[in-house]
Amino acid sequence: MEAPADHGHPRAGAPHSAIRRVRLELAVYRALDWLASPRPYLMLLGFALFLGFWWLSVEVWRLPRFSGMPGLTTIVREWLSPEPEFGLSLFTPDYYLHILTSLQRVIIAFGLATLLGVSLGLVMGWSDAAREYIFPGFEILRPIPALAWVPLAILMFTGTEAPVIFVTFLPAFFATTLNTMLGVRSIDTQYFRAAACLGASQGYVFRHIVLPGAMPFIFTGLEISMGLSWFSLVAGEMISGEYGLGYVIYTGYTMISYPTTVIGMITLGVVGYLSSAVIRLIGKLLMRWRARELGLEG
Amino acid sequence: MGAPADNQPCRSLRGAIRIEDAVKIYENDDGGLVAVDHCSFNCAAGEITMVVGPSGCGKTTLLNAIAGFHSLTSGTIYLDDELLCGPEKLQAKPGPDRIVVFQNGALFPWKTNIENVVFGPVAQGAMLPADARDKARSMLAGAGLAGIEDEYPGQISSGMRRRVEIVRALINDPKVLLLDEPYRALDALTKSVMHEALLQTCYRSRVTVFFITHDLEEAIFLGDQIEIMTSRPCRTKKRLKVDLPHPRDHTIVTSRRFRELMDETIDAVHEEAAKAFRLGEREG
Repeated sequence: MEAPADHGHPRAGAPHSAIRRVRLELAVYRALDWLASPRPYLMLLGFALFLGFWWLSVEVWRLPRFSGMPGLTTIVREWLSPEPEFGLSLFTPDYYLHILTSLQRVIIAFGLATLLGVSLGLVMGWSDAAREYIFPGFEILRPIPALAWVPLAILMFTGTEAPVIFVTFLPAFFATTLNTMLGVRSIDTQYFRAAACLGASQGYVFRHIVLPGAMPFIFTGLEISMGLSWFSLVAGEMISGEYGLGYVIYTGYTMISYPTTVIGMITLGVVGYLSSAVIRLIGKLLMRWRARELGLEG
Repeated sequence: MGAPADNQPCRSLRGAIRIEDAVKIYENDDGGLVAVDHCSFNCAAGEITMVVGPSGCGKTTLLNAIAGFHSLTSGTIYLDDELLCGPEKLQAKPGPDRIVVFQNGALFPWKTNIENVVFGPVAQGAMLPADARDKARSMLAGAGLAGIEDEYPGQISSGMRRRVEIVRALINDPKVLLLDEPYRALDALTKSVMHEALLQTCYRSRVTVFFITHDLEEAIFLGDQIEIMTSRPCRTKKRLKVDLPHPRDHTIVTSRRFRELMDETIDAVHEEAAKAFRLGEREG
């Protein structure tokens, strides 16, 4: 008697073009389904309530603590005008210069933090000895806020860019290292045992068990550290920058052009959101196994 | 073991395990937890040996010692008359001659099924990746698993995952297959089909099997020999040769001889289970 054969398996032997068409149809279906559900309208309602409250409290009712703030209509008019009163709008080239400067700094700092953080995290996660030597010192340095490093950064590095990037790099580095280390430690011992039974060398285990096994934690860490990068970048730019969104926000305050500050804040929010979304997307592409596993459970 | 497959050339059976006076004591604050207490038995090459005992009795400790995950405190284990671990060498080295199939499944979730199956040969450099893939494909097809090669373990049922894990082990042509209650988490209906599938696999490959279970019916159905263990610390309480003919299928469960064998063993098993229950043993 034969073992039961799985002839009825749905995907056995389907051509690739058919699979791609099905995937496209599925994506379109999902998008239409989302539009037909209450979800996008609730999202818009959420935004509307927030913006509505802002408009009403500042410009219509003039509530006591809110009356000095820039109003929604002022901001929107300023942001969208070709000749902005306070100097910054969608039509001024300076606006994009500031965005790009900040973005460039974040990419460099985040890139360095990822490279060094993932490497150190993998080493500390895998080697007990390394962890014992390095972790105590690491944990003492970690709680020091980024801004406290600014004086040292200015002393250590020449120029204006390096200190800002350093201050941006630090919290991202600590977050990435910690998450990576925890990711390695979270891998079930059974996988290491199975690999040993199957004759894998330590190097093979590192490439094929440790690295992919820690990926979910690593990407969570990367999302967190992307947010931290923006956070500390703005703080660093306020102190030592010439361009950049942090600089815009701070000089808007000192030059009493508050609409510029708010425009800077909104831009920061949007760019920060987009960068986190990019990380999430990369994570989903690299960890298709997890997406499928979770998709089936959902 | 009976009924070799027709196209299998006769070859010498490998993987005989000899456990002599094994003792394992775990160090803890109260002085020491004795998990295995002077346990001795043999697993004949090419046969299926079932180790039956209540939860927490120490049978997984024995499996871990054979596999090389733990050391023994004293005693010796031989594989085909070669020393695995003993007084001079307290811990065996894990290797592809004794492959474990784990209780909760240890297929790597981030690799597709076929990548899992070729892991052993590719990691050892024993086969070229292309050749390994071809062999894996045909072995998966032979086990009735064609079509799922490029899916991830998270996408297939747990019964299929177990079968893939067994193929992952067998592609390395091991001497011994160590199974640690692999069907524990499956429902009874799936289990009965899995048993038949496992026997078919064993008829083809003639690998020695060391199978831990707490299920006496499973033990009598699959096994050529049964070791019934006492509750912790474990020692052989009763040994039984299962003389049911091969090839076996699910109908044998209601045969008179099967029920006679159950009769002989059920009291011993139940007695130890009651002891473990009173002591409140945790599963390993």
